[in-house]
Amino acid sequence: MSAVIRTYDVGLRNRRSLVNKLALALSLVAMAIGIAALVWILFDVVRLGISALSPTLFTQDTPAPGSAGGLRNAIVGSLLLVGLATLIGTPIGVLAGIYLAEYGARSWLADATRFVNDILLSAPSIVLGLFVYAVFVTRTGGFSGWAGVIVLALLMIPVIVRTTENMLLLVPNTLREAAYALGCNKWKVIMYITLRAARSGVITGILLAVARITGETAPLLFTALSNQFFSANLNAPIANLPVTIYKFAMSPYADWVSLAWAGVFLITMGVLALNILARIFFREDQQR
Amino acid sequence: MEFERVGQTRHATEEPELRIKNFNFYYGKFQAIKNVNMDIHRRRVTAFIGPSGCGKSTLLRAINRMYDLYPAQRADGELMLDGKNILDRDINLTDLRARVGMVFQKPTPFPMSIYDNVAFGVNLHERLSRSDMDDRVEWAIKKAALWGEVKDKLRQSGMSLSGGQQQRLCIARGIAVKPQIILLDEPTSALDPISTTRIEELVADLKQEFTIAIVTHNMQQAARVSDYTAFMYLGELVEFDSTDNVFLKPKKKETEDYITGRFG
Repeated sequence: MSAVIRTYDVGLRNRRSLVNKLALALSLVAMAIGIAALVWILFDVVRLGISALSPTLFTQDTPAPGSAGGLRNAIVGSLLLVGLATLIGTPIGVLAGIYLAEYGARSWLADATRFVNDILLSAPSIVLGLFVYAVFVTRTGGFSGWAGVIVLALLMIPVIVRTTENMLLLVPNTLREAAYALGCNKWKVIMYITLRAARSGVITGILLAVARITGETAPLLFTALSNQFFSANLNAPIANLPVTIYKFAMSPYADWVSLAWAGVFLITMGVLALNILARIFFREDQQR
Repeated sequence: MEFERVGQTRHATEEPELRIKNFNFYYGKFQAIKNVNMDIHRRRVTAFIGPSGCGKSTLLRAINRMYDLYPAQRADGELMLDGKNILDRDINLTDLRARVGMVFQKPTPFPMSIYDNVAFGVNLHERLSRSDMDDRVEWAIKKAALWGEVKDKLRQSGMSLSGGQQQRLCIARGIAVKPQIILLDEPTSALDPISTTRIEELVADLKQEFTIAIVTHNMQQAARVSDYTAFMYLGELVEFDSTDNVFLKPKKKETEDYITGRFG
């Protein structure tokens, strides 16, 4: 009679155990390389950035080489550009995301929109910069803040479209049916039920899109350019942190390089804060 | 034998709320319901039983035209409510759904406060003053036997309640609109036994004022809560009669086999 006791293939088990350990070791090494690079970068940014911080950073404008100064004009310019781009990009992105998730579904228009959006999402930002330069800057008579706002908004939109659509698709269909069953019409279902249920995810997407455009440099070189002086006029070139950092970091003047590090520190902390904010938003809503 | 029901002269007062005539339903080319004819009686509980895929939920969902959300689904025949065929193209769906409410298998509280959950449906159909709305919300939550548990936390999120409470909130939300018919699509299949009992007691109370149609997989539940039972199999209505008759002296062999657990 056959024995109840199973005989195991010990060789097979040892082989699998070895492969398992190998895979674990490889992924640990990969993780260590990634983390080490990140820590190194952050460490240098903090070390060089903090030593360059001074109260005048926020009260004085970018100086001529050799004289004292700060980054006030660049900070204000960046806030203006990013703020306005967010105001323009958010409604367009959210509405397009709503169209894709709730109305378009699998229609050809929705599929085409998704395809184009995915291309935009992965397009190098310098391409968009060149595009705005060609169709806007050359026709309006020169570099301007508005051109910068437009290119940043264009960079945000695909990110917001994608996250909005994905977050809306995560809302269970039973919730929509329950609202329809009460006699709700479609736009009310979207406004009051699905968008509300997906709120934290959509806001997270917007915050991450803002984080993405905050550090963009290449497209601004073709659009907003930069400005040595304080200006809030969006019809003229306007100072901003990324281009200022680019300019100052490449210069041979020690005080300019130091200011560039201060700017890098500010942007890094800003993006970090946005990411943390996005996480908090997402987590709080998940727990309710 | 028939159980005595005190104070109920059952068959003398029966009148149909909804008449179903020659009803067919299609998912694309597949015919899910074949020529169903039956009445759903006013202020009675009608249970639909049958094995999975027999078409009972499909029939229930047709009564407030949920299938309109899905282009591949269609129905023909007649569902006569107050002299009108609700399958007609020109029926206003918002009005229909105000008159025919629905509660689903999984509790579906909206992402808003308990109060707003109940007020939401009312706001779609009526303009009420603040105090009238307060009264309506309280009335509906009391009817759903939930008032004692939530009266001190009406501003809290509806999602913070337990599963059984959420389901009663969904019932309150449906009642608040003051429908004629309430459709319950397996309302207790996601709930624990105690919550299930509470919902069943609630159904018995609600039929004083509303006509109720309930789909259930639980035959004891059908026997406990309903006045009439429809047994469906493979898209056809096999047997429809008073619950006592269906469970105690079924006319068809399929019905008897299903009820006694021989298949399904």
